Amino acid sequence: MKYVEEFRDGRLAAQLARQLRRAVTRPWAVMEVCGGQTHAILRYGIDQLLPESLTLLHGPGCPVCITPVEILDQAQAIAARPGVILCSFGDMLRVPGSRSDLLTVKARGGDVRVVYSPLDVLALAHANPDRQVVFLAVGFETTAPANAMLIHQAQRQGLENLSVLVSQALVPPALAAMLDAPEHRVQGFLAAGHVCAVMGIEPYRAVAGRYRVPVVVAGFEPLDILQALLLCVRQLEAGRAEVENAYDRVVRSDGNPAARALVDRVFAVATRPWRGIGTIPDSGLTLRPEYAAFDAVARFGLPDAVAPEPAVCIAGQVLTGLRQPGDCPAFGGRCTPETPLGAPMVSGEGACAAYYRYRRAAGGSR
Amino acid sequence: MCLAVPGRLLSIEGDDPLLRQGRVSFGGAVRKVYLAYVPAAQVGDYLVVHVGFAISILDEQRADQVLQELARAAAAEAGPE
Amino acid sequence: MSAERGQAGLPEGPQCPLAVGGHEVIVMAHGGGGRLARQLLEAVFFPAFEADGTRVHHDGAVFAAPPGPLAFTTDSYVVRPLFFPGGDIGKLAVWGTVNDLAMCGALPLALSAGFILEEGFSMATLRRVVQSMAAAARQAGVSIVTGDTKVVERGCGDGVYINTAGVGRVVAGADISPRRLQPGDAIVANGDLARHGIAVLTQRPGFEFENAIDSDCADVSGQVRALLAAGIEVHCLRDLTRGGLAANLVEIAAGAGLRLRLEESALPLADEVAAVCELLGLDPLYVACEGRFVAFVPAAQVPPALAALRGAGAPCPVMIGEVSAACPGGQVILRSRIGGERLLDMPSGEQLPRIC
Repeated sequence: MKYVEEFRDGRLAAQLARQLRRAVTRPWAVMEVCGGQTHAILRYGIDQLLPESLTLLHGPGCPVCITPVEILDQAQAIAARPGVILCSFGDMLRVPGSRSDLLTVKARGGDVRVVYSPLDVLALAHANPDRQVVFLAVGFETTAPANAMLIHQAQRQGLENLSVLVSQALVPPALAAMLDAPEHRVQGFLAAGHVCAVMGIEPYRAVAGRYRVPVVVAGFEPLDILQALLLCVRQLEAGRAEVENAYDRVVRSDGNPAARALVDRVFAVATRPWRGIGTIPDSGLTLRPEYAAFDAVARFGLPDAVAPEPAVCIAGQVLTGLRQPGDCPAFGGRCTPETPLGAPMVSGEGACAAYYRYRRAAGGSR
Repeated sequence: MCLAVPGRLLSIEGDDPLLRQGRVSFGGAVRKVYLAYVPAAQVGDYLVVHVGFAISILDEQRADQVLQELARAAAAEAGPE
Repeated sequence: MSAERGQAGLPEGPQCPLAVGGHEVIVMAHGGGGRLARQLLEAVFFPAFEADGTRVHHDGAVFAAPPGPLAFTTDSYVVRPLFFPGGDIGKLAVWGTVNDLAMCGALPLALSAGFILEEGFSMATLRRVVQSMAAAARQAGVSIVTGDTKVVERGCGDGVYINTAGVGRVVAGADISPRRLQPGDAIVANGDLARHGIAVLTQRPGFEFENAIDSDCADVSGQVRALLAAGIEVHCLRDLTRGGLAANLVEIAAGAGLRLRLEESALPLADEVAAVCELLGLDPLYVACEGRFVAFVPAAQVPPALAALRGAGAPCPVMIGEVSAACPGGQVILRSRIGGERLLDMPSGEQLPRIC
């Protein structure tokens, strides 16, 4: 595939790794925020090419991992009702709520369907006028424009049998919350390239300035990640703390204004809980009053509930880079992808699942 | 949050700017993509696509430049050895 | 188009030529062992399966087996949709079992075919499936000599489920099993990966692409025969069905207690299949294939093995890795394009498309 495979070139990757080894003179800890980047690092073994003193921390940019248990429980309750079609991205189907998961609800007779694009849900609603079609609208800023379009079109087309369960999160408040924690170890960030394709790089200037950490916008292929790490390390070595765009073939400084315009029309910023981490102010999106009729929680009259997580699960600390998956006493024993105790072990890009899948052998992990 | 893949825009259809679609080729596999967020996209452009929506027009010149710079650096290093 | 019924309960008036006894769909009585069931056999199954001159036996087929070890296998087929680009449930049902025999180093002697039909299933569709099975069997040089038909009530099935079992004769001298693997053996694949799973997935609403991606559904017994005929010392064979390359190699490694090493850059993948996997966030190594297998052969025999496969019509035979060393519990390591390593392990359940 053009503009993908060239950025997986082994020779050029080795060259960047050599440059990194020369550039690093002291220990540094850099966090990559996006689950997709975590996945790429472990899948290609990028961390194995890095100098010993450069530690990669894995961040909370996994929408599956941070979706609150309450939302999952609500989705399962809705899906179990007769006359409902519950639509979701594939990532969410195996994630455990407090008692069950969507795949089990499906096995018990719930109509649960995987969609690739949110707009497929529109077609389902039109085709099934006698059913209530509900979409589990999960994602970060990258997915918000698509989810917003679904809701906006549902309103425009006067669809009365469509509603959404919203779990949208914003990245910069989570970075700030992490950096506010006194025990954090993060010295630099790789920002999620596709989030920035929508939001631009402006939101990260405040983070870089206030906390004095370099932020490098990074893509998802091995060369992108290595290149971004190199730029980040050079800033750290030089004592700089700026925002740099290393993914400028995709990311414009001002992002995608058309996408942001529709997101702002449909959603408003709100405070929300992050599974495993806790409540972070102004870190999520909620439907604006004009679109409130599409809120599934209201339509189905679901009760509010707070569900506890298994005490042993340290997802919160893993998601904020304070601990590695291997530090967890349950890792690989009680907690495996088949019997997950928390979300990061379920999702393909959750750090725990990635380590379990790719690195279980001794000598493979850092 | 972030699985997005570049594909080449083959044709555009639809009048409604919010629902306008394009046929996009991903390595030879062609499917329709929503173009609402790339109003300036033209046939022949490479679009970056996430969950069926184009979220950015890929800057091919910049992509080629980056690859050339990396190749130059690799060659320069290999030389003196 | 409905058939009108006369006094005797028999349909009158114009009839669909594909109807059986006036029935355009399967009814419960077709599985009842009575007259209607007999009509179904005579109208649909016997003409297809007996076209090559064999008789299809009701209770069981008796035949003389040539001397030597026999291989025996069974599999059930539940694919949806029934017809997909590059194949259908009928071809899968025949070639899947022929291929399983081939993985034992056996050439097929005879097949059985059992059908579980849902009340209301289209007779025309059933004919298409059965005719496809007959053609696939002819192509593979094997006959379907016995079978069974049951009908379940509407809602208790999914159109049609097919089970096939096969008996085969192991080629003289062939001794094929994971316990024959040795460190230093080469791992050879016969063609590009992930086609079948992607071909079927892209038939689902919302996942369609304009140009059909064809399944790799095929009979590979000829390719196995060519390997053995060329004198290749084949230690093990495995077809890459459910779970794809990764799951099947993990199983073999575990069974043999060996470490396998694969080179990512050597894995064959067609552009459009790779692209669909990228877009949907699927790992092609875990996507099911059908007419694809791996062969474990001594390293020195790789060139003649590849030549034999190519000559027998394998799409792109290539060496993809090697057996490295003993390792309790087995292990499969993939070296990525950029030189890093990762483990391949067993998938937990169906791989789902992802957004992140």
